[in-house]
Amino acid sequence: MDGVLEFFYTNKEAIFIIALTIFLGLEVISNVPSVLHTPLMSGANAISGVIIIGGIILVGHADLENLREGSHLLNLILGIFALLFGTLNVVGGFVVTDRMLEMFKKKKK
Amino acid sequence: MNTILQIPSNGVILLEFSYLLAAIFFVVGLKFLSHPDSARKGNLWAAAGMLLAMFTTMFLHKDAETMEGIKSANLVIILVAIAVGSVVGAIIARKIKMTAMPQLVSFFNASGGAASALVALIEFSNPDNQSALVTLLGLVIGAIAFSGSMIAYGKLNGNIKDIFAKWMSYINLLFMFAVIAGVIFLMVTDAPVETQQIMVYILLAIALIYGVTFVMPIGGADMPVVISLLNSFTGIAAAMAGFIYQNQAMILGGIFVGAAGMILTLLMCKAMNRSLLNVIIGAFGGGGAASDREAGTVKEVSVTDAAVLLSYSSKVVIVPGYGLAVAQAQHVCNEMEKLLEENGVEVKYAIHPVAGRMPGHMNVLLAEADVPYDKLVEMDEINPDMPNTDVVVVIGANDVVNPAALDEPSSPIYGMPIIKAHEAKNIIVMKRGMGKGYAAIENFLFYDEKTRMLFGNAKDSLQKLVTEIKSL
Repeated sequence: MDGVLEFFYTNKEAIFIIALTIFLGLEVISNVPSVLHTPLMSGANAISGVIIIGGIILVGHADLENLREGSHLLNLILGIFALLFGTLNVVGGFVVTDRMLEMFKKKKK
Repeated sequence: MNTILQIPSNGVILLEFSYLLAAIFFVVGLKFLSHPDSARKGNLWAAAGMLLAMFTTMFLHKDAETMEGIKSANLVIILVAIAVGSVVGAIIARKIKMTAMPQLVSFFNASGGAASALVALIEFSNPDNQSALVTLLGLVIGAIAFSGSMIAYGKLNGNIKDIFAKWMSYINLLFMFAVIAGVIFLMVTDAPVETQQIMVYILLAIALIYGVTFVMPIGGADMPVVISLLNSFTGIAAAMAGFIYQNQAMILGGIFVGAAGMILTLLMCKAMNRSLLNVIIGAFGGGGAASDREAGTVKEVSVTDAAVLLSYSSKVVIVPGYGLAVAQAQHVCNEMEKLLEENGVEVKYAIHPVAGRMPGHMNVLLAEADVPYDKLVEMDEINPDMPNTDVVVVIGANDVVNPAALDEPSSPIYGMPIIKAHEAKNIIVMKRGMGKGYAAIENFLFYDEKTRMLFGNAKDSLQKLVTEIKSL
């Protein structure tokens, strides 16, 4: 029990953010017309590529001088893959969403 | 108590501020994305927020321990990796056929999940990382999102068939508990670091397998639900990783996407009148619903008769389903619609929220064929109009027009809102054969007095219809 309380206390700001963000998500997404379900999902998918920030931090602080030590090299390689996958998610996601929306736009006139 | 607030360097403050901006951009972007007029702008806003956060992180981020910035050698590696990822991502996204959209969205989702799982995997071995719980959650959720989305990709691409057997539900539960047990074990264990390292790889493997067994039995009309759910998972996994770095942009972006994805998932469930749990665990009962109703016989229609019927109607509604996508018949369908319009027939499309294999699938498919989108009418709007409709043409749709959902309490789809095709004056059903739909439920619409069946591949049938209508 103490552990849970401690976790709450040390992460209280983040937990506040999460609680409020869930409501925000509800508010923003409700009443979406079905025409936009696919682009919305795809755009949201691209935003979840925000994990790329994690990849940048990891590779950014990788110790390049002591690669032979421990698992530094393995971590660097895994980090680079994380970056690659993350970028694929972000760039591919936004580009494809734009392409979809462009298609809708064209017909509207 | 007086605590002195340690003011960090300007760079760090600027970085935090840029994260705040990025988060606002995400929220505004998604808000814009949910309205047709501003959708494109919304996508750009979200992309701008991402770009901002990426660049400020690269140039302003400092290591929490050493307070050192990112060295130029590391920066080069980062930029190269991002450049490669961007080029590949942009090429795939630009070149792929619009009809391959559902699998592409799944593929990108899988790569996001993989990135989260990898970040969590590396961070687990970092001794400075104090947040074991969120790290492990990020690892397993990311891994499930990855392997699950890859299976979804395979299914949508036609490489993997739906496999469903009763025992799969048990295997599924087994793996789910194994994942939970693994997380708990790694949280409480005192085992030496080396053992924990091996354990975490085992946990990763179990989570990957669970992703496979979780999506494997789900198929057909449940696909939109599962795709949207996996999308939500990727967001949550990114948020967990955000916790590790106490990074507000990641936490907010991730949770926001997670929440939005969850809402879309529940929306899809509502459109099928089923609970999320039912979709995940159950798949349809299949066959269980024996009906006492006399099935009767189906009546076929010749292409000529169908063409005449359509041409001399004043109001026609087309109900597209997954069959239209499979046959790639959207262009011919559009051709027929235009031809009928030239003859003075009013043509509309009735779109069911779960028609197809992803949320909004039919909209994207028809938009690709240049169907103006004011012709696409949502279910609730078109239903009151059905009794005044002369002909309903059902193309490759089944369960979404099954009247059993309205009046057959024993039916597994009872209660699901449907397009009331049976209320129209005439119904033409285009179908490959008399096979049952995904839900394996008898569809009494096919035996209706007013229904005529036009068997064959949707594209061929439509093509013949077009030729026939032209020659009238």
